[in-house]
Amino acid sequence: MQQPKVPARKALRGNRSFPASILIGIGIMAAVDEIVFHQLLGWHHFYDGASGDVGLFSDGLLHTAELIVLVAGFFLLADARRRDSFSRPAAWAGFLLGAGGFQLFDGLIDHKVLRLHQIRYGVDLLPYDLAWNVFGLLLLVSGAVLAVAAARADRRG
Amino acid sequence: MHQHPGVLEAAAVLPFVLALVFYLHAAWRERTTGRGWPLHRMLLWTGGVGCAAAGFIGPLAQSAHTNFVAHMAAHLLLGMAAPLLLVMAAPVTLALRSMEQVPAIRLSRLLKSRPVRFLSHPAPAAVLNAGSLWLLYATATGAGLLANELLHPLIQVHFLLAGYLFTASIIGKDPTPHRPSFRTRAVCLAAALAGHSVLAKFVYAYPPAGVPVDQAQAGGVLMFYGGDAVDLVLLIAFCAQWYRYTTPATAGNRSKAAPSRRA
Repeated sequence: MQQPKVPARKALRGNRSFPASILIGIGIMAAVDEIVFHQLLGWHHFYDGASGDVGLFSDGLLHTAELIVLVAGFFLLADARRRDSFSRPAAWAGFLLGAGGFQLFDGLIDHKVLRLHQIRYGVDLLPYDLAWNVFGLLLLVSGAVLAVAAARADRRG
Repeated sequence: MHQHPGVLEAAAVLPFVLALVFYLHAAWRERTTGRGWPLHRMLLWTGGVGCAAAGFIGPLAQSAHTNFVAHMAAHLLLGMAAPLLLVMAAPVTLALRSMEQVPAIRLSRLLKSRPVRFLSHPAPAAVLNAGSLWLLYATATGAGLLANELLHPLIQVHFLLAGYLFTASIIGKDPTPHRPSFRTRAVCLAAALAGHSVLAKFVYAYPPAGVPVDQAQAGGVLMFYGGDAVDLVLLIAFCAQWYRYTTPATAGNRSKAAPSRRA
């Protein structure tokens, strides 16, 4: 494996810790969802019988993808470090973008568009949906702000 | 089939005792007179043989005949945990090192033979592994096979062998001619893991014929999260191999990072 010469470290574009952290953000958010809402609160169920085979399929697929991106993300981040391509702002930007992006995707596409499952059953959903998606949006926007700042730093120097 | 449990049990113990004795003896000889053999591999082998044995003999294996949750626990031990531990113990490498020259050449010829090469590619190995699980748990034929007392040990042997083939095709350390790229192996690993998770959900939602609903549900949850635990170790082992393999040559270990295969 002949690696090209490592270029000067970039704050965002071409920085290896950025994509790695996006994966970690997605994986952590998905794990939090699984642990808090399935195991601790018991609002979600292993299978609710309502979403049919598509729900079964997407649940299993998504769960596996979460496990994979979490492990792969940490190894890619370690790889970024040893190649001297680790940047703290890029890593935070990636993490928040990944976590917020997943939260919002889950809240809008899974819950509302595909209607695979809901946050909680037998209650007025509006406050739950609002809290869920606003939280996701906040994470996503903070990630975007950090990413823009890091990209500006890139251009300057 | 249970008239002479004593004799049957004793006969069933024998292969595991032999596997343990052969490996540990060869490893010990390597340590004392040969090139050495890491202690952790001896422990991995012992753990793997223990997991495999627990699926065939003892209380869990007994109740696996009648209880689906116990059957699923036996499947996780036999088909996933035991193969992982056994593969990481690199038994083929040890065998090649400790055999006489002629049988060692025969063994390596066998490993290079067309059928073995085909089966040890991750794609056929994954299909063999996940495909047989889908057949067993999601079809009427499978339910019939599962209910057959005489077939049960054969199914378990299949779990162990198919699990070993698949695990070895993904993270095997033993010499393998033409090992596929990391990308190919990653795709096959992801597909097999997804197949396992989706099947666990299916077992929960659609209990196999003849399995009580509560047992199918508990079995499905066990398959899902138990599978996760083993998959996590498998994923970490796979990524760790990629990490070592792609060590940048500039990092001062040029000698280690010189394999000709493409990542």
